[in-house]
Amino acid sequence: MLSEKEKNEIAAELAHADSKSSVSVDALNIVQRHRGWVSDETLRDVANLLEMTSDELDAVATFYSFIFRRPVGRHVILVCDSISCWVMGYNPLLDLLKNRMNISFGQTTEDKRFTLLPISCLGACDRAPAMMVDDDLYGPVTPGMMDEVLGKYT
Amino acid sequence: MERPLTKNIHPGRQPLSLQEYEEAGGYQSVRKALGMSPRDVQNIVKASNLRGRGGAGFPTGVKWSFVPMGPQARRPKYLVVNADEMEPGTFKDRLLLEGDPHQIIEGVIASAYAIEAEQAFIFMRWAYKLATKRLETAIAEAYAHNYLGRNILGSGFNLELRIHGSAGRYICGEETALLNALEGKRATPRSKPPFPQVCGLYGRPTIVNNAETIANIPHIVNNGAEWFKGLSKSPDAGTKLYGVSGRVRKPGIWELPMGVTVRELLEEHAGGMQDGYRFRGVIPGGASTDFIVSDHLDVKMEFDAVMKAGSRLGTGTMIVLDDRTCPVGFVHNLEVFFARESCGWCTPCREGLPWIEKMLGAIESGEGEPGDIDILAQQCNLLGPGNTYCALAPGAVEPLQSAIKYFREDFERHIREKKCSYKKTI
Repeated sequence: MLSEKEKNEIAAELAHADSKSSVSVDALNIVQRHRGWVSDETLRDVANLLEMTSDELDAVATFYSFIFRRPVGRHVILVCDSISCWVMGYNPLLDLLKNRMNISFGQTTEDKRFTLLPISCLGACDRAPAMMVDDDLYGPVTPGMMDEVLGKYT
Repeated sequence: MERPLTKNIHPGRQPLSLQEYEEAGGYQSVRKALGMSPRDVQNIVKASNLRGRGGAGFPTGVKWSFVPMGPQARRPKYLVVNADEMEPGTFKDRLLLEGDPHQIIEGVIASAYAIEAEQAFIFMRWAYKLATKRLETAIAEAYAHNYLGRNILGSGFNLELRIHGSAGRYICGEETALLNALEGKRATPRSKPPFPQVCGLYGRPTIVNNAETIANIPHIVNNGAEWFKGLSKSPDAGTKLYGVSGRVRKPGIWELPMGVTVRELLEEHAGGMQDGYRFRGVIPGGASTDFIVSDHLDVKMEFDAVMKAGSRLGTGTMIVLDDRTCPVGFVHNLEVFFARESCGWCTPCREGLPWIEKMLGAIESGEGEPGDIDILAQQCNLLGPGNTYCALAPGAVEPLQSAIKYFREDFERHIREKKCSYKKTI
């Protein structure tokens, strides 16, 4: 069941939309903001609201890298794996994160605090290597700043 | 030296509010444009010789001139700002979007007026959270001051502007895939023709312009075509945001006259190579451009000159390959990106890129075989222009084909010695 808040936010998008299905990505972003991810049940509810089939909406949802169709942790760490960061130390940064949290890409820590994922070029190439935690961008990331950065996200 | 695009931008500080922006001379081009006919605004931009800053370099005024005008045109007409910056190594639009959001909005209004569009979108990259927030604030201010909405400044011109927050996929930056994404569909490219200028979003006339292109419009409208041409050191008019990343002393982004040389960018602005690293080559305009090497240091960074050197200006943000970074590993990283981001619509791209990526990965890890290089070169032809709906695959093979040309000995040594000899030195 979608919450009233989610329904209202989707309705606000629909108010100036050209067709119901045109807000598919907006609606998925809205429910993900509230729930952290998009379950099969949520996907069905959104599809009903937009008068799409679940398959039609899932074809859109799974097309995008950042509509999460599986649960994620309370915070998502996105490590830029594109060229400038790769040149400037992506591999050591990734090793550091993996060792520290004992997880690989696509996994979540046991305490559900962090999920680790790769992301394509963050447009912070002059601050490489770069990463995002939730909505915040960091770079250049050094081993020394890791405690302070990760400590902000509980 | 004039820096019209970045004069209000001070990284680390909040962008200008609407009032501050007006005090700095902002929104004058809206008043000026609204006093002219849309065709006249188009003609100034055409005469200015502004070429699209998203990578392809198509003349903006010419693009606009294809839009059907007048009461017979199908409506609504749309203007879309492509702010889905995701080309690896490219970090220029972020600066403009975060640093001076009102400049983008002003550009949108003048551009939309020029093509008589009543609806505009900013197609925003998912990861650009700060830019989204700042633009939302600025758009609300612009509505409150009647720069957007109904009957703008009493002119009778109406314009709605909305941000579309995407969800992270490189192909959305492709003009026609972007239109499908805006319609809420899977973002696969459309075949052209028909071109979006005539039949775009919901089948209506639509212009898609890069964010940096749009940021130029207010200055061209205010100061005229001759002024704009005078900013440049080359036949390509205006200034350009140039970036350098990699093992240089001062990686960064600078607004400079169009046509500065590769050498000037690398040595004067980026401060030269870091100690202990030597220059081997650059991809001059993002991941989907061919390498150029030390023979090309005096090439001017403008569309035609870079083309003549065998590459493309692209986004104007170069990535440096140094002598301690493996060229095979470098290209492998690029192809991992392209294989992952291929939308899967066209067979050569969907099947070919993962194959290329795996083959490069094998060579890099010492499992390459004699003949692999020829197969890769053949793949570059198969994935070249003309075999796919869009430019993703042809772009993807540009750095590969030129790496084979300039760094073939590295590829051969990996295969001969069955290892990458760079790993020890990094």
